[in-house]
Amino acid sequence: MERVAVIGVGQTKYSAGMRETFHELVFDVATKALKDAGITIKDIDNVVSVSSDFWDGRTISSMAISDASGAFGKDISTVEGDGTFGVLYGMMRILSGSFGTTMVVAHHKGTESNMNGITNTSFDPLVERKLGLDAVSSAALQARRYMTTSGGSEEQFAMVSVKNHGNAMNNPFAMLPMEITVEDVMASRMLATPIKKLDCSPVTDGAAAVVLAAERNAKKFTTNKKRVWLNGVGHCSDAYRLGDRDLADTRALKQAAKMAYDMAGVTLDDIDVAEVYDAFSYMEPMWLEGLGFCEDGMGPEMTERGTFNMDGALPVNPSGGRLSANPVQVAGLAALIECVLQIRGEAGKRQVKKAEKALAHGINGMCGQSHCVWILGK
Amino acid sequence: MAGWKDEVEEIIFPGKICVPYSWTVGSTLSKWYVQLRDDGEIWANRCPSCGKVYVPPKIKCIDCYKDMNDWIKLPGTGTVETYTVVHYSEPGLHPKKPPFVYGVIKMDGADTGLVHLIDGVDPDKVKVGMRVQAVMAKERDGHITDIKHFKPIA
Repeated sequence: MERVAVIGVGQTKYSAGMRETFHELVFDVATKALKDAGITIKDIDNVVSVSSDFWDGRTISSMAISDASGAFGKDISTVEGDGTFGVLYGMMRILSGSFGTTMVVAHHKGTESNMNGITNTSFDPLVERKLGLDAVSSAALQARRYMTTSGGSEEQFAMVSVKNHGNAMNNPFAMLPMEITVEDVMASRMLATPIKKLDCSPVTDGAAAVVLAAERNAKKFTTNKKRVWLNGVGHCSDAYRLGDRDLADTRALKQAAKMAYDMAGVTLDDIDVAEVYDAFSYMEPMWLEGLGFCEDGMGPEMTERGTFNMDGALPVNPSGGRLSANPVQVAGLAALIECVLQIRGEAGKRQVKKAEKALAHGINGMCGQSHCVWILGK
Repeated sequence: MAGWKDEVEEIIFPGKICVPYSWTVGSTLSKWYVQLRDDGEIWANRCPSCGKVYVPPKIKCIDCYKDMNDWIKLPGTGTVETYTVVHYSEPGLHPKKPPFVYGVIKMDGADTGLVHLIDGVDPDKVKVGMRVQAVMAKERDGHITDIKHFKPIA
Protein backbone atom coordinates (compact mmCIF):
# COMPACT_ATOMS: atom_id res chain seq x y z
CA MET A 1 0.00 0.00 0.00
CA GLU A 2 1.22 3.48 -0.82
CA ARG A 3 2.13 5.57 2.20
CA VAL A 4 0.62 8.94 3.07
CA ALA A 5 2.53 11.74 4.78
CA VAL A 6 1.69 14.98 6.54
CA ILE A 7 3.80 17.52 4.65
CA GLY A 8 2.47 20.78 6.07
CA VAL A 9 0.67 22.01 9.17
CA GLY A 10 -0.90 25.27 10.28
CA GLN A 11 -2.87 26.40 13.29
CA THR A 12 -4.13 29.58 14.88
CA LYS A 13 -3.37 30.48 18.43
CA TYR A 14 -6.42 29.14 20.26
CA SER A 15 -8.40 31.70 22.24
CA ALA A 16 -11.86 32.91 23.18
CA GLY A 17 -13.79 35.66 21.42
CA MET A 18 -11.73 35.77 18.22
CA ARG A 19 -12.89 38.55 15.92
CA GLU A 20 -11.96 36.72 12.71
CA THR A 21 -14.77 35.02 10.77
CA PHE A 22 -14.70 31.29 9.99
CA HIS A 23 -13.43 32.21 6.52
CA GLU A 24 -10.60 34.31 7.85
CA LEU A 25 -9.52 31.57 10.26
CA VAL A 26 -9.62 28.91 7.55
CA PHE A 27 -7.74 31.12 5.09
CA ASP A 28 -5.12 31.80 7.75
CA VAL A 29 -4.40 28.16 8.63
CA ALA A 30 -4.64 26.86 5.06
CA THR A 31 -2.10 29.48 4.00
CA LYS A 32 0.18 28.55 6.89
CA ALA A 33 -0.03 24.83 6.04
CA LEU A 34 0.81 25.48 2.38
CA LYS A 35 3.74 27.68 3.36
CA ASP A 36 4.94 25.04 5.80
CA ALA A 37 4.83 22.43 3.04
CA GLY A 38 6.55 24.80 0.63
CA ILE A 39 3.82 24.41 -1.98
CA THR A 40 1.04 26.56 -3.40
CA ILE A 41 -2.71 26.06 -3.54
CA LYS A 42 -2.27 24.85 -7.14
CA ASP A 43 -0.53 21.75 -5.76
CA ILE A 44 -3.62 20.76 -3.73
CA ASP A 45 -6.13 18.63 -5.62
CA ASN A 46 -8.91 18.26 -3.03
CA VAL A 47 -10.08 19.56 0.35
CA VAL A 48 -11.63 17.81 3.33
CA SER A 49 -13.24 20.26 5.73
CA VAL A 50 -14.18 19.42 9.29
CA SER A 51 -17.02 21.41 10.76
CA SER A 52 -20.40 21.19 12.46
CA ASP A 53 -23.46 22.84 10.97
CA PHE A 54 -25.00 23.37 14.40
CA TRP A 55 -21.91 25.08 15.73
CA ASP A 56 -21.52 27.24 12.64
CA GLY A 57 -25.21 28.10 12.61
CA ARG A 58 -25.52 27.28 8.93
CA THR A 59 -26.19 24.11 7.01
CA ILE A 60 -23.66 22.61 4.59
CA SER A 61 -21.08 24.60 6.51
CA SER A 62 -18.25 23.32 4.30
CA MET A 63 -19.62 25.21 1.32
CA ALA A 64 -19.29 28.49 3.18
CA ILE A 65 -15.55 28.03 3.72
CA SER A 66 -14.74 26.37 0.40
CA ASP A 67 -13.20 29.50 -1.12
CA ALA A 68 -11.15 30.16 2.00
CA SER A 69 -9.83 26.60 2.07
CA GLY A 70 -8.65 26.86 -1.53
CA ALA A 71 -11.30 24.47 -2.84
CA PHE A 72 -12.50 26.79 -5.60
CA GLY A 73 -12.42 24.80 -8.83
CA LYS A 74 -11.67 21.57 -6.92
CA ASP A 75 -13.53 19.03 -4.84
CA ILE A 76 -14.45 19.66 -1.19
CA SER A 77 -16.13 17.15 1.09
CA THR A 78 -16.85 17.31 4.80
CA VAL A 79 -16.49 15.31 7.97
CA GLU A 80 -18.89 16.37 10.70
CA GLY A 81 -16.85 15.16 13.63
CA ASP A 82 -13.39 15.38 15.11
CA GLY A 83 -10.38 16.43 13.04
CA THR A 84 -8.78 13.00 13.49
CA PHE A 85 -11.63 11.57 11.41
CA GLY A 86 -11.09 14.34 8.84
CA VAL A 87 -7.51 13.12 8.41
CA LEU A 88 -8.81 9.54 8.11
CA TYR A 89 -11.11 10.59 5.28
CA GLY A 90 -8.35 12.65 3.68
CA MET A 91 -5.95 9.71 3.77
CA MET A 92 -8.59 7.35 2.34
CA ARG A 93 -9.21 9.73 -0.55
CA ILE A 94 -5.50 9.59 -1.39
CA LEU A 95 -5.31 5.81 -0.97
CA SER A 96 -8.29 5.45 -3.32
CA GLY A 97 -5.99 6.70 -6.03
CA SER A 98 -8.30 9.57 -6.89
CA PHE A 99 -6.21 12.31 -5.30
CA GLY A 100 -2.56 13.06 -4.63
CA THR A 101 -2.61 15.94 -2.15
CA THR A 102 -5.38 16.66 0.34
CA MET A 103 -5.87 19.76 2.46
CA VAL A 104 -7.67 18.86 5.69
CA VAL A 105 -8.95 21.96 7.47
CA ALA A 106 -11.06 22.34 10.61
CA HIS A 107 -12.58 25.41 12.18
CA HIS A 108 -14.57 26.12 15.31
CA LYS A 109 -15.88 29.19 17.12
CA GLY A 110 -17.31 27.94 20.37
CA THR A 111 -17.76 31.43 21.75
CA GLU A 112 -20.29 32.37 19.05
CA SER A 113 -22.90 29.87 20.23
CA ASN A 114 -24.09 27.93 23.28
CA MET A 115 -22.15 24.77 24.07
CA ASN A 116 -24.77 23.22 26.34
CA GLY A 117 -27.59 23.92 23.90
CA ILE A 118 -25.68 22.46 20.98
CA THR A 119 -24.39 19.37 22.76
CA ASN A 120 -27.93 18.74 24.08
CA THR A 121 -29.08 18.38 20.46
CA SER A 122 -26.69 15.46 20.00
CA PHE A 123 -29.03 13.40 22.20
CA ASP A 124 -31.93 11.45 20.74
CA PRO A 125 -34.93 13.79 20.43
CA LEU A 126 -37.11 10.69 20.87
CA VAL A 127 -35.68 9.83 24.30
CA GLU A 128 -32.98 11.64 26.28
CA ARG A 129 -32.90 15.12 24.78
CA LYS A 130 -35.94 16.30 26.72
CA LEU A 131 -34.14 15.50 29.98
CA GLY A 132 -31.73 18.36 29.25
CA LEU A 133 -28.47 16.38 29.18
CA ASP A 134 -25.43 18.01 27.58
CA ALA A 135 -21.69 17.42 27.25
CA VAL A 136 -20.92 18.41 30.84
CA SER A 137 -23.69 16.51 32.64
CA SER A 138 -23.18 13.35 30.54
CA ALA A 139 -19.41 13.51 31.13
CA ALA A 140 -20.16 13.79 34.84
CA LEU A 141 -22.13 10.51 34.66
CA GLN A 142 -19.13 8.91 32.96
CA ALA A 143 -16.66 10.38 35.47
CA ARG A 144 -18.62 8.93 38.42
CA ARG A 145 -18.84 5.55 36.72
CA TYR A 146 -15.09 5.59 36.11
CA MET A 147 -14.44 6.49 39.76
CA THR A 148 -16.59 3.51 40.75
CA THR A 149 -14.81 1.00 38.51
CA SER A 150 -11.24 2.33 38.90
CA GLY A 151 -11.28 3.64 42.45
CA GLY A 152 -9.84 6.90 41.07
CA SER A 153 -10.35 10.06 43.10
CA GLU A 154 -11.29 13.63 42.22
CA GLU A 155 -7.83 14.68 43.39
CA GLN A 156 -6.19 12.26 40.95
CA PHE A 157 -8.31 13.68 38.11
CA ALA A 158 -7.31 17.19 39.24
CA MET A 159 -3.65 16.18 38.75
CA VAL A 160 -4.37 15.79 35.03
CA SER A 161 -5.64 19.37 34.90
CA VAL A 162 -2.57 20.60 36.80
CA LYS A 163 -0.22 18.70 34.48
CA ASN A 164 -1.85 19.74 31.22
CA HIS A 165 -2.34 23.41 32.06
CA GLY A 166 1.32 23.36 33.17
CA ASN A 167 2.41 21.81 29.88
CA ALA A 168 0.51 24.56 28.06
CA MET A 169 2.92 27.09 29.59
CA ASN A 170 5.36 25.91 26.92
CA ASN A 171 2.89 25.96 24.02
CA PRO A 172 2.39 29.35 22.35
CA PHE A 173 -0.77 28.02 20.62
CA ALA A 174 -2.55 27.05 23.88
CA MET A 175 -5.38 29.14 25.26
CA LEU A 176 -5.03 28.44 28.99
CA PRO A 177 -1.43 28.08 30.12
CA MET A 178 -1.70 28.05 33.91
CA GLU A 179 0.35 27.15 36.92
CA ILE A 180 -2.31 25.70 39.19
CA THR A 181 -2.50 23.24 42.06
CA VAL A 182 -4.75 20.30 42.87
CA GLU A 183 -6.29 22.54 45.54
CA ASP A 184 -7.16 25.15 42.88
CA VAL A 185 -8.96 22.52 40.81
CA MET A 186 -10.78 21.13 43.84
CA ALA A 187 -11.86 24.64 44.91
CA SER A 188 -13.08 25.64 41.44
CA ARG A 189 -16.82 25.92 40.89
CA MET A 190 -18.73 22.64 41.01
CA LEU A 191 -20.60 22.17 37.72
CA ALA A 192 -21.92 18.60 37.91
CA THR A 193 -20.43 16.28 40.51
CA PRO A 194 -17.63 15.19 40.36
CA ILE A 195 -16.73 17.68 37.60
CA LYS A 196 -15.55 21.14 38.53
CA LYS A 197 -14.75 24.07 36.27
CA LEU A 198 -11.01 23.33 36.15
CA ASP A 199 -11.73 19.70 35.22
CA CYS A 200 -13.31 21.04 32.00
CA SER A 201 -11.82 22.23 28.77
CA PRO A 202 -12.59 25.85 27.87
CA VAL A 203 -14.97 27.08 25.18
CA THR A 204 -12.48 27.92 22.45
CA ASP A 205 -12.17 29.46 18.99
CA GLY A 206 -9.60 28.47 16.40
CA ALA A 207 -8.71 26.58 13.27
CA ALA A 208 -6.10 24.14 12.03
CA ALA A 209 -5.03 22.61 8.72
CA VAL A 210 -2.77 19.85 7.50
CA VAL A 211 -1.61 18.96 4.00
CA LEU A 212 -1.56 15.23 3.29
CA ALA A 213 0.35 13.83 0.35
CA ALA A 214 0.71 10.49 -1.35
CA GLU A 215 4.24 9.12 -1.07
CA ARG A 216 5.10 10.13 -4.64
CA ASN A 217 4.05 13.75 -3.96
CA ALA A 218 5.49 13.86 -0.46
CA LYS A 219 8.93 13.01 -1.76
CA LYS A 220 8.61 15.48 -4.63
CA PHE A 221 7.47 18.42 -2.53
CA THR A 222 9.27 18.11 0.80
CA THR A 223 12.47 17.25 2.54
CA ASN A 224 12.91 14.25 4.76
CA LYS A 225 12.89 16.47 7.85
CA LYS A 226 9.56 18.06 7.02
CA ARG A 227 7.45 15.03 6.22
CA VAL A 228 5.90 12.84 8.87
CA TRP A 229 4.32 9.54 7.89
CA LEU A 230 0.88 8.37 8.87
CA ASN A 231 2.06 4.91 9.92
CA GLY A 232 -1.19 3.56 11.29
CA VAL A 233 -4.78 4.43 12.03
CA GLY A 234 -7.59 2.70 13.91
CA HIS A 235 -11.20 3.66 14.47
CA CYS A 236 -14.16 2.11 16.24
CA SER A 237 -17.49 3.22 17.66
CA ASP A 238 -19.59 2.09 20.62
CA ALA A 239 -23.38 2.27 21.20
CA TYR A 240 -25.17 5.62 20.77
CA ARG A 241 -27.27 5.62 23.94
CA LEU A 242 -25.38 6.21 27.17
CA GLY A 243 -27.42 3.51 28.92
CA ASP A 244 -26.50 0.92 26.29
CA ARG A 245 -22.84 1.26 27.25
CA ASP A 246 -20.87 0.74 30.42
CA LEU A 247 -19.56 4.30 30.42
CA ALA A 248 -16.21 3.26 31.94
CA ASP A 249 -15.67 0.39 29.50
CA THR A 250 -13.21 1.51 26.82
CA ARG A 251 -13.90 -1.38 24.45
CA ALA A 252 -14.24 0.81 21.33
CA LEU A 253 -10.94 2.55 22.01
CA LYS A 254 -9.21 -0.77 22.72
CA GLN A 255 -10.26 -1.99 19.29
CA ALA A 256 -9.28 1.26 17.56
CA ALA A 257 -5.88 1.23 19.28
CA LYS A 258 -5.15 -2.38 18.32
CA MET A 259 -6.04 -1.59 14.72
CA ALA A 260 -3.67 1.40 14.69
CA TYR A 261 -0.79 -0.47 16.37
CA ASP A 262 -1.14 -3.43 14.03
CA MET A 263 -1.21 -1.25 10.94
CA ALA A 264 1.85 0.72 12.09
CA GLY A 265 3.62 -2.42 13.28
CA VAL A 266 4.38 -0.86 16.65
CA THR A 267 4.09 -1.89 20.26
CA LEU A 268 3.36 0.45 23.18
CA ASP A 269 7.08 0.69 23.97
CA ASP A 270 7.73 2.24 20.57
CA ILE A 271 5.56 5.28 21.30
CA ASP A 272 7.50 8.26 22.60
CA VAL A 273 4.75 10.84 23.10
CA ALA A 274 0.95 10.87 23.02
CA GLU A 275 -1.78 13.46 22.58
CA VAL A 276 -4.85 11.96 24.23
CA TYR A 277 -8.39 13.36 24.24
CA ASP A 278 -8.89 15.17 27.55
CA ALA A 279 -11.91 17.46 27.21
CA PHE A 280 -12.48 16.54 30.87
CA SER A 281 -9.66 15.64 33.26
CA TYR A 282 -10.95 12.13 34.10
CA MET A 283 -10.86 11.19 30.42
CA GLU A 284 -7.08 11.18 30.11
CA PRO A 285 -6.41 8.27 32.51
CA MET A 286 -9.49 6.42 31.25
CA TRP A 287 -8.48 6.66 27.60
CA LEU A 288 -4.86 5.81 28.52
CA GLU A 289 -6.28 2.52 29.79
CA GLY A 290 -8.14 2.03 26.51
CA LEU A 291 -4.96 2.78 24.57
CA GLY A 292 -3.19 0.10 26.61
CA PHE A 293 -0.71 2.31 28.49
CA CYS A 294 -2.32 1.28 31.81
CA GLU A 295 -4.08 -1.82 33.01
CA ASP A 296 -7.82 -1.22 33.39
CA GLY A 297 -8.39 0.82 36.54
CA MET A 298 -4.75 1.87 36.91
CA GLY A 299 -4.97 5.19 35.03
CA PRO A 300 -5.52 7.43 38.06
CA GLU A 301 -2.74 5.80 40.09
CA MET A 302 -0.23 5.98 37.23
CA THR A 303 -1.19 9.64 36.71
CA GLU A 304 -0.44 10.29 40.38
CA ARG A 305 2.93 8.53 40.05
CA GLY A 306 3.86 10.98 37.27
CA THR A 307 4.12 8.38 34.51
CA PHE A 308 2.53 10.79 32.02
CA ASN A 309 4.38 13.96 33.06
CA MET A 310 6.85 15.59 30.67
CA ASP A 311 9.66 13.81 32.53
CA GLY A 312 7.71 10.56 32.93
CA ALA A 313 7.91 7.31 30.99
CA LEU A 314 5.37 8.57 28.44
CA PRO A 315 4.76 12.32 28.16
CA VAL A 316 1.03 12.79 27.50
CA ASN A 317 -0.45 16.01 26.11
CA PRO A 318 2.72 18.12 25.93
CA SER A 319 0.60 20.70 24.08
CA GLY A 320 -1.53 21.20 27.17
CA GLY A 321 -4.24 19.03 25.67
CA ARG A 322 -7.88 19.87 25.19
CA LEU A 323 -7.97 21.09 28.80
CA SER A 324 -5.84 24.03 27.66
CA ALA A 325 -7.67 24.67 24.35
CA ASN A 326 -10.66 22.79 23.00
CA PRO A 327 -11.88 24.06 19.67
CA VAL A 328 -14.30 21.17 19.06
CA GLN A 329 -13.73 19.42 15.68
CA VAL A 330 -10.36 21.16 15.45
CA ALA A 331 -9.21 19.46 18.67
CA GLY A 332 -8.07 16.17 17.16
CA LEU A 333 -6.36 17.93 14.29
CA ALA A 334 -4.48 20.08 16.81
CA ALA A 335 -3.46 16.86 18.62
CA LEU A 336 -2.17 15.38 15.36
CA ILE A 337 -0.31 18.60 14.52
CA GLU A 338 1.36 18.52 17.94
CA CYS A 339 2.57 15.00 17.11
CA VAL A 340 3.96 16.23 13.77
CA LEU A 341 5.82 19.08 15.49
CA GLN A 342 7.19 16.68 18.13
CA ILE A 343 8.46 14.24 15.50
CA ARG A 344 10.02 17.04 13.44
CA GLY A 345 11.73 18.36 16.57
CA GLU A 346 9.90 21.69 16.21
CA ALA A 347 7.99 21.64 19.50
CA GLY A 348 10.13 24.29 21.18
CA LYS A 349 10.25 24.26 24.98
CA ARG A 350 7.82 21.34 25.15
CA GLN A 351 9.91 19.13 22.86
CA VAL A 352 10.02 15.50 23.97
CA LYS A 353 13.52 14.09 23.46
CA LYS A 354 13.96 11.54 20.67
CA ALA A 355 10.31 11.66 19.67
CA GLU A 356 10.23 9.25 16.75
CA LYS A 357 6.78 7.73 17.11
CA ALA A 358 3.79 9.69 18.35
CA LEU A 359 0.16 8.85 19.04
CA ALA A 360 -2.78 11.19 18.39
CA HIS A 361 -6.24 10.35 19.67
CA GLY A 362 -9.61 11.97 18.96
CA ILE A 363 -13.19 11.15 19.81
CA ASN A 364 -16.59 11.77 18.36
CA GLY A 365 -19.93 11.58 20.12
CA MET A 366 -20.95 11.97 23.73
CA CYS A 367 -18.64 10.39 26.33
CA GLY A 368 -16.31 9.11 23.61
CA GLN A 369 -18.77 7.07 21.58
CA SER A 370 -16.25 6.66 18.77
CA HIS A 371 -12.48 6.89 18.64
CA CYS A 372 -9.78 7.53 16.09
CA VAL A 373 -6.17 6.65 16.91
CA TRP A 374 -3.18 7.68 14.78
CA ILE A 375 0.42 6.54 14.90
CA LEU A 376 2.81 8.98 13.25
CA GLY A 377 6.48 8.48 12.61
CA LYS A 378 9.61 9.64 10.82
CA MET B 1 0.30 46.71 6.11
CA ALA B 2 -2.96 45.57 7.70
CA GLY B 3 -3.00 48.40 10.23
CA TRP B 4 -6.56 49.32 9.28
CA LYS B 5 -7.71 46.08 10.94
CA ASP B 6 -6.75 47.42 14.36
CA GLU B 7 -8.83 50.53 13.77
CA VAL B 8 -12.01 49.03 12.36
CA GLU B 9 -15.20 48.92 14.40
CA GLU B 10 -16.09 45.21 14.76
CA ILE B 11 -19.75 44.45 14.13
CA ILE B 12 -21.54 41.38 15.55
CA PHE B 13 -24.91 40.12 14.31
CA PRO B 14 -26.90 38.31 17.00
CA GLY B 15 -28.93 35.48 15.50
CA LYS B 16 -31.15 32.52 16.28
CA ILE B 17 -32.28 29.56 14.20
CA CYS B 18 -35.79 28.32 14.96
CA VAL B 19 -36.84 25.47 12.69
CA PRO B 20 -39.79 23.24 13.57
CA TYR B 21 -39.48 19.45 13.20
CA SER B 22 -41.93 16.59 13.58
CA TRP B 23 -39.92 13.48 14.35
CA THR B 24 -41.52 10.12 13.69
CA VAL B 25 -41.12 8.05 16.84
CA GLY B 26 -41.35 4.69 15.05
CA SER B 27 -43.30 1.57 15.97
CA THR B 28 -40.91 0.27 18.66
CA LEU B 29 -40.64 3.44 20.71
CA SER B 30 -44.28 4.40 20.00
CA LYS B 31 -45.38 1.10 21.58
CA TRP B 32 -43.13 1.85 24.54
CA TYR B 33 -44.50 5.37 25.00
CA VAL B 34 -48.14 4.24 24.67
CA GLN B 35 -47.60 1.69 27.46
CA LEU B 36 -45.91 4.32 29.55
CA ARG B 37 -48.63 6.91 28.90
CA ASP B 38 -51.77 4.74 29.16
CA ASP B 39 -50.74 2.15 31.75
CA GLY B 40 -47.86 3.79 33.60
CA GLU B 41 -45.74 0.72 32.83
CA ILE B 42 -42.12 0.45 31.73
CA TRP B 43 -41.58 -2.26 29.13
CA ALA B 44 -38.40 -3.58 27.54
CA ASN B 45 -37.59 -5.78 24.57
CA ARG B 46 -35.33 -8.80 24.33
CA CYS B 47 -32.93 -10.03 21.66
CA PRO B 48 -34.09 -13.44 20.38
CA SER B 49 -30.47 -14.43 19.81
CA CYS B 50 -28.43 -13.34 22.85
CA GLY B 51 -31.30 -12.64 25.25
CA LYS B 52 -30.10 -9.12 26.04
CA VAL B 53 -32.95 -6.96 27.37
CA TYR B 54 -33.07 -3.31 26.34
CA VAL B 55 -34.83 -0.40 27.97
CA PRO B 56 -35.75 1.88 26.27
CA PRO B 57 -36.43 -0.77 23.64
CA LYS B 58 -34.29 -1.07 20.51
CA ILE B 59 -35.30 -1.79 16.93
CA LYS B 60 -32.40 -4.23 16.68
CA CYS B 61 -29.97 -5.77 19.15
CA ILE B 62 -26.74 -3.79 18.83
CA ASP B 63 -24.64 -6.92 19.38
CA CYS B 64 -26.52 -9.44 17.19
CA TYR B 65 -28.27 -7.11 14.73
CA LYS B 66 -31.45 -9.18 15.12
CA ASP B 67 -35.06 -7.96 15.10
CA MET B 68 -36.57 -7.49 18.54
CA ASN B 69 -40.08 -8.92 18.87
CA ASP B 70 -40.17 -10.20 22.48
CA TRP B 71 -41.60 -7.66 24.89
CA ILE B 72 -41.40 -7.93 28.67
CA LYS B 73 -42.83 -5.76 31.42
CA LEU B 74 -40.31 -4.46 33.92
CA PRO B 75 -41.08 -3.96 37.62
CA GLY B 76 -39.96 -0.31 37.43
CA THR B 77 -37.24 -0.75 40.02
CA GLY B 78 -33.50 -0.60 39.59
CA THR B 79 -30.07 0.31 40.94
CA VAL B 80 -28.16 3.57 40.48
CA GLU B 81 -25.15 2.71 38.30
CA THR B 82 -23.88 6.28 38.17
CA TYR B 83 -25.23 9.76 38.91
CA THR B 84 -24.36 13.43 38.93
CA VAL B 85 -25.64 16.34 40.97
CA VAL B 86 -26.00 19.23 38.52
CA HIS B 87 -25.12 22.62 40.01
CA TYR B 88 -25.16 24.85 36.94
CA SER B 89 -28.23 26.49 35.51
CA GLU B 90 -29.37 26.12 31.91
CA PRO B 91 -32.98 27.33 32.03
CA GLY B 92 -33.82 26.56 28.40
CA LEU B 93 -32.65 22.96 28.72
CA HIS B 94 -32.87 21.73 32.26
CA PRO B 95 -36.15 20.26 33.53
CA LYS B 96 -35.43 21.55 37.05
CA LYS B 97 -33.56 24.26 38.89
CA PRO B 98 -30.18 23.17 40.27
CA PRO B 99 -29.20 21.31 42.29
CA PHE B 100 -30.85 18.29 40.71
CA VAL B 101 -29.69 14.77 39.94
CA TYR B 102 -29.29 12.74 36.75
CA GLY B 103 -28.63 9.04 37.02
CA VAL B 104 -28.11 5.96 34.90
CA ILE B 105 -30.48 3.40 36.42
CA LYS B 106 -29.65 -0.26 35.79
CA MET B 107 -33.24 -1.50 35.55
CA ASP B 108 -34.25 -4.78 37.22
CA GLY B 109 -35.02 -7.31 34.51
CA ALA B 110 -33.00 -5.44 31.86
CA ASP B 111 -29.38 -5.42 30.78
CA THR B 112 -29.12 -1.73 29.91
CA GLY B 113 -29.29 1.49 31.85
CA LEU B 114 -32.01 4.12 31.68
CA VAL B 115 -30.85 7.72 31.92
CA HIS B 116 -33.25 9.78 34.01
CA LEU B 117 -33.74 12.12 36.95
CA ILE B 118 -33.38 11.04 40.57
CA ASP B 119 -35.48 12.96 43.10
CA GLY B 120 -37.33 12.53 46.37
CA VAL B 121 -33.99 12.49 48.17
CA ASP B 122 -31.41 15.07 49.26
CA PRO B 123 -29.04 15.27 46.25
CA ASP B 124 -26.05 14.80 48.54
CA LYS B 125 -27.50 11.48 49.77
CA VAL B 126 -27.62 9.86 46.32
CA LYS B 127 -25.13 6.97 46.07
CA VAL B 128 -23.97 4.47 43.49
CA GLY B 129 -25.74 1.19 44.20
CA MET B 130 -28.80 2.88 45.71
CA ARG B 131 -32.07 1.05 45.02
CA VAL B 132 -34.66 3.21 43.29
CA GLN B 133 -38.11 2.97 41.75
CA ALA B 134 -39.82 4.89 38.99
CA VAL B 135 -42.38 7.54 39.95
CA MET B 136 -44.93 8.12 37.19
CA ALA B 137 -46.16 11.59 36.32
CA LYS B 138 -49.87 12.10 37.04
CA GLU B 139 -50.48 13.75 33.67
CA ARG B 140 -48.82 11.69 30.94
CA ASP B 141 -48.49 12.60 27.27
CA GLY B 142 -46.19 9.94 25.82
CA HIS B 143 -42.72 11.37 26.53
CA ILE B 144 -39.73 10.24 28.57
CA THR B 145 -40.96 12.70 31.20
CA ASP B 146 -44.03 10.44 31.77
CA ILE B 147 -41.58 8.90 34.21
CA LYS B 148 -41.41 11.87 36.59
CA HIS B 149 -38.19 10.65 38.20
CA PHE B 150 -36.70 7.76 40.17
CA LYS B 151 -36.87 7.84 43.97
CA PRO B 152 -35.12 5.72 46.58
CA ILE B 153 -36.95 2.57 47.67
CA ALA B 154 -37.72 3.20 51.31
